[in-house]
Amino acid sequence: MPLNIDGTIDGTFQLIGGNFTTAGEASTQLKLKLSELGVDETIIRRATIATFEAEMNVIIYAAAGWLHYYITSRSITIKIADMGPGIENIELAMQEGYSTAPDWVREMGWGAGMGLPNMKKNSDLFKIDSVVGEGTTVEMVINFP
Amino acid sequence: MTLSKITEILEATVIVRPADLEDLNIRSACSADLMSDVLYYHSIDSLLITGLTQINVIRTAEIAGTKAIVFVLNKKPDERTVELAGQKKIPLLSTPFCMYTASGKLYQAGLRSSLND
Amino acid sequence: MKLSDIVKELSLEIKTYKDGLQNNVTGAYVSDLLSDVMANSKEGNIWITLQTHMNIVAVASLKGIKGIVIVSNRQIPEETLKKAEDEKITITTTSMPAFEIAGKIYLLLK
Repeated sequence: MPLNIDGTIDGTFQLIGGNFTTAGEASTQLKLKLSELGVDETIIRRATIATFEAEMNVIIYAAAGWLHYYITSRSITIKIADMGPGIENIELAMQEGYSTAPDWVREMGWGAGMGLPNMKKNSDLFKIDSVVGEGTTVEMVINFP
Repeated sequence: MTLSKITEILEATVIVRPADLEDLNIRSACSADLMSDVLYYHSIDSLLITGLTQINVIRTAEIAGTKAIVFVLNKKPDERTVELAGQKKIPLLSTPFCMYTASGKLYQAGLRSSLND
Repeated sequence: MKLSDIVKELSLEIKTYKDGLQNNVTGAYVSDLLSDVMANSKEGNIWITLQTHMNIVAVASLKGIKGIVIVSNRQIPEETLKKAEDEKITITTTSMPAFEIAGKIYLLLK
């Protein structure tokens, strides 16, 4: 059922690399926004899980990044762009269990090589672009039923 | 299984127990330290048994739809983590048992795994 | 209980070092954090984890852990398998998540 939204509702969050304390705030605020709009629970969960994984990737790997979201009556689009090291081999990075995270990140419960697969799993459309030395951009679309 | 039954089985200390929350009915459990695991195999009304206590465990729980968290080996989270759990109304427990024994005791009592939905 | 009995009872899939199935398992430990396993696991434990990073083999070897159960059907990187074979660590896999397999092993070892 399409939502009763005129045009597009959008917003932006700035993400700071290395800041584990506030990591996840953007995703929880997005969750709140989607709840207010009356989006289906299952859709909210998929969208926020995908967003949270993307947010954590910026926190873990990049210096900084931005998260933009666009909500229409039919879907939500989430775009994350970071100023990070970039991904050398995207195909490899998409494999479950593959990770370049350092040990200390693994000891914090992240870097298990499930982030990108998890984003893809929860999105209807998943796009990733990366330039080594410049950064990575991820775009995810989740359609409303 | 009710949260008070779980508390009893695990001989757990209650760290956060939102006042206006009635005794929760927990349908399944997930034992994990890797947060992507919790997010990947998320399931509603589940209990998370974990050895990690930092604040993003609470955010993971909120996003994954986890109902309550048990920290193993008597681990206690810091004040900010406790505060956030209170705000999000996620009960926190701490058990003296390790993850294996805690899982074993709850499994023996009839609790089952979260299924990937 | 022998590792081979647990493998048989719970239909675990053997990935490395079959000779290790003769080893005796006296307990189990569940954790995805290497530092935690280093600090708290005991010799003779079977280690249940979702972690597939190559370093699990080094930790198992150092702690005298003979068998590892990788849960939730996770794929294991080639380098981890090779290292386990070299270090004589038996890696097995299951489709069950950690809670479930821990529960079943708990009942077996009780």
